Amino acid sequence: MSGVLGKDLLGLAQLSADQIRVVLDTATPLKEISLRQIKKVPTLRGMTIVNLFFEASTRTRISFEFAEKRLSADTVNVASAGSSVSKGETLVDTARNLEAMKIDMVVIRHPASGAAKFLAERIESNVINAGDGMHEHPTQGLLDLLTLRDRLGDLRGRRVCIVGDVLHSRVARSNIWGLTKLGAEVAVCGPRSLLPNAIEEMGVTVFSRVEEAIEWADALNVLRLQLERMEAGYIPSQREYNRVFGITRERLERAPRELLILHPGPMNRGVEIDSDVADGPHSVILDQVTNGVAVRMAVLYLLAGGRPEQAIVAKAGVP
Amino acid sequence: MSKKPTVVLDARAVDRTLRRMADQILELNDGTDRLIIVGILRRGVQLADRIVKIIEAQEGVTLPRGALDITLYRDDLQTVGPRPVVGATHLPWTIDGQRIVIVDDVLFTGRTVRAALDELADFGRPARIALAVLIDRGGRELPIHADIVGKRVDVVAGQRVDVFVEELDGREGVVVAHPTADVDSEDDA
Repeated sequence: MSGVLGKDLLGLAQLSADQIRVVLDTATPLKEISLRQIKKVPTLRGMTIVNLFFEASTRTRISFEFAEKRLSADTVNVASAGSSVSKGETLVDTARNLEAMKIDMVVIRHPASGAAKFLAERIESNVINAGDGMHEHPTQGLLDLLTLRDRLGDLRGRRVCIVGDVLHSRVARSNIWGLTKLGAEVAVCGPRSLLPNAIEEMGVTVFSRVEEAIEWADALNVLRLQLERMEAGYIPSQREYNRVFGITRERLERAPRELLILHPGPMNRGVEIDSDVADGPHSVILDQVTNGVAVRMAVLYLLAGGRPEQAIVAKAGVP
Repeated sequence: MSKKPTVVLDARAVDRTLRRMADQILELNDGTDRLIIVGILRRGVQLADRIVKIIEAQEGVTLPRGALDITLYRDDLQTVGPRPVVGATHLPWTIDGQRIVIVDDVLFTGRTVRAALDELADFGRPARIALAVLIDRGGRELPIHADIVGKRVDVVAGQRVDVFVEELDGREGVVVAHPTADVDSEDDA
């Protein structure tokens, strides 16, 4: 009776290629629901889903909420802008309180890597990781895969380069796992200070010059450069970053083939990506946003139901 | 213990039956004005295609053909597992005031049709909804009946009616399959 995804969605590292394909294949027909006049199907009627966001998020939280509402689930948003108490304790307490209110699923965004797994091991409800620290952001990875697959077809042998702050990026990690599982070739490109050591061991190519990446790739996934990285001394300045690694029209015009441009948002226009690229004909950035709702609907649909036996597993041996 | 399946309709009989059903659909709706034929996934879609082609050839019109995937409207989603595969619903026209004919392969419990009616209601308010099925095998669990029936088949409990269409199965016809150990029913829910 267990669902195809099991009890929780914690990361793409744990999923098989087949499981990823099931999510994408389920998401594709679900897109149609958002085009209807009545954008709602009764599938998750009676289910209560808590969106537990310990970190700022607009796109992801709203996307999850749309997905939940379009499947007729009842939703509660719990936002907590940081916490002074030890994060572990807070999370356990919060989880116990939520369970006492008879909920079915938790969508969690947390600044600590592993927070979603920690929660999943302690509650019976399904847990969906909406981004945990520098670990994973699986639904973002899935929506990127769907967007790429919509445009490129089968991803086997396709080349995708992730550009920017790979070191701190959970989006990058989920992308690398998902893309390699589906048979794509993956590369990363960015300042050496923002690439993890031994990243090659994940099976990716490293480009130090963005021109090389553009020459090589079928698609670029351009990551957001977080301002605080500059303050921490990883890069000299935003302008310097744009000069060396920025995705500009001039650079793309020299590409041997047409490149798809992805960006998980929010964008720093003029830093990691120029406006005429972000709004240009090769940008699929808004497709990503549309696909995000469908992918999250697919994950909710596939995780819901079939919980009881897995809950026992989840409970066993964990304090 | 598995007996050979009994053929209920062969390919030619299916074609004849669909032609008769097409005529009955025209009669029921006074022609093709505001008519939309909607097939239920999966095999209802192919049967709806045939009916649309027959009507188009006969009447010299083009007719919209929609598709309904009722998975998200099923009443057993909390009990079945693993999750059933979701298919694509295709109904890009306004259905307000239109005459809809739902086409499915087998009418059994009526639960699929209940789900289809709920789904159609989310798209608008048709002037009329009719139901046309190739096979009525009895066994209703809801107060639902078909307006147009290709063939009624008496089936004992445990037996399964299989409809084959060229596009999906590489052959045409309807058979009654006798119970075997390793068969899992995928039609007539």
